[in-house]
Amino acid sequence: MVRRLAILVLLAWTLVALGGRWLPLHPDRMALPHILEAPDSAHWMGADDLGRPVLDRLLVGAGVSFRVSVLVVSLSLWFGVLIGSLAAWYGGRAERLLVLVMDVFMAFPGILLAIALAGLLGPGIDNLVFALTLVGWVGYARLARAQVLSVRQREHVQAAQALGTPSWRIIWRHLLPLISAPLVVEATFGVAAVVIAESGLSFLGLGVQPPDASWGSMIRDGVRYMLVAPHLVLAPGIALMLVVLSVNLLGDQLRDWLDVRSGLREQGRER
Amino acid sequence: MPAYLVSRFLNALWVLFGVTTLVFFLIHWVPGDPVAVMLGESASAADTEALRHALGLDRPLLEQWAGFLTGALSLDLGSSLYYQQPVFALVFTRLGATLQLSALAFLVALLVALPLGLLAAARKGSHWDSTAMGFSLLGISIPNFWLGPLLVMVFSLGLGWFPVSGRESALSVVLPAITLGTGLAAVLSRMVRSSLLEVLGEDFVRTARAKGLAARQVLVRHAMRNAWLPVLTLLGMQLGALLGGAVVTEMVFNWPGVGALLVESIQRRDYPVVQGCVLMISLSYVVINLLTDLLYVKADPRIRLGQA
Repeated sequence: MVRRLAILVLLAWTLVALGGRWLPLHPDRMALPHILEAPDSAHWMGADDLGRPVLDRLLVGAGVSFRVSVLVVSLSLWFGVLIGSLAAWYGGRAERLLVLVMDVFMAFPGILLAIALAGLLGPGIDNLVFALTLVGWVGYARLARAQVLSVRQREHVQAAQALGTPSWRIIWRHLLPLISAPLVVEATFGVAAVVIAESGLSFLGLGVQPPDASWGSMIRDGVRYMLVAPHLVLAPGIALMLVVLSVNLLGDQLRDWLDVRSGLREQGRER
Repeated sequence: MPAYLVSRFLNALWVLFGVTTLVFFLIHWVPGDPVAVMLGESASAADTEALRHALGLDRPLLEQWAGFLTGALSLDLGSSLYYQQPVFALVFTRLGATLQLSALAFLVALLVALPLGLLAAARKGSHWDSTAMGFSLLGISIPNFWLGPLLVMVFSLGLGWFPVSGRESALSVVLPAITLGTGLAAVLSRMVRSSLLEVLGEDFVRTARAKGLAARQVLVRHAMRNAWLPVLTLLGMQLGALLGGAVVTEMVFNWPGVGALLVESIQRRDYPVVQGCVLMISLSYVVINLLTDLLYVKADPRIRLGQA
């Protein structure tokens, strides 16, 4: 039941994000008579401090969070897996260097670096994506490296090597399929993390800029009118939480299906 | 043991060096001129040059970098372009507020997560379990910049129990600590649960049960002691997320910590303070992690450090 709801939420999120441009939305249309109006039959979610329809802005914000999270996770996954698996496969000095670099990134709250970077680069979606990707690739590189190290001695890999298969082909055809399950699970949770990060940065004023709508900036603007118009904070917050919750549920589900060992157990064993 | 300590210490030094270097070059690589921000638009070219020279911003980048690193070793982080004060003093006065908030948030997390995780593991598959884990999932999914305003709406504006923001009274810290601690509590309770479940499947637990020990005693004295270890390791890593979350939480509650200073300084392009904040936060994180590692050894005598 809960899982079906989660799937529905994610479907709606995707549809709104992909099809939003064909909807008759007016996220920037100000209507002074409607300022801070509570939800009614004409404005399903009320109006904000400039009389703009909250529902329209919410749907536009859904598109922003979808695009940013899909973009950031795809880019991080691509770079991370490329760098991590190449390092593990070839080893040597390059790998040791990568481990040192990863140590630095992992020993540092990523969101902090993203905040600093997004702030210094200047606000905007492109810079936001860049900052989050720069922080995000490390986790996937670490995971890909560990996974490749654990499967590179398998017999079928040695057989492929003995047959003279080029390295890129071994990695692509013989290693990646083996290590993709944990990466898929990690990427799913990554989507949830990026959705929160995007809204968080926009909440701090470092992401999407006004007048464009983002769930984070809607929450920030709404906080000022919390007493008179709580729907300004509630609507984007609930949307945000539903999406993140659904993505996390999907991640849990995937982890069970794909039978990925829990990180906890592996961490304990490493020691 | 000393060899292990030395290697951990060297690693910590390397991490600090790497983080500062990374931030230094990022700051100087991105567009935006602090001198222009300080002087405003009406400044003459000569004034701009003079100030740039006075601040040492016209020196070669590598020289500035070397200067920053040697300065950092003697706690001299330069002076703020905005406050005209030494950065170290500025950041240091704010560090107390951040550490207080983080420590209390950690306490909140621990107080919530331990009973929740224990309950869920002890009654695995029951309604207790699914309720506890449902709460945990909810806690992971609720962003602190939304939870904060919600708590303010209910407990400050509605019931009037706590101040809305700032750090004037002792009660001020309650809502920020709950806001910041919720995410960690959620993660932690899951860790406690899965770690306990693993230990509960071990032979010595069956032996303890076969001996006829009370369920409570098996759980607390036999299982929990062993379940702690993996939790402790991951806890060290989670503290990074806690410190990162503190930045946002401080902004929500106008809490005068390093995180709020960082965001303000970014907006003012106050480079030395940004560097100082980043250095201080990573320093706290590295030190806490080092301590966690030592604690880990204390908690599990079986671990031989030389091989770790």
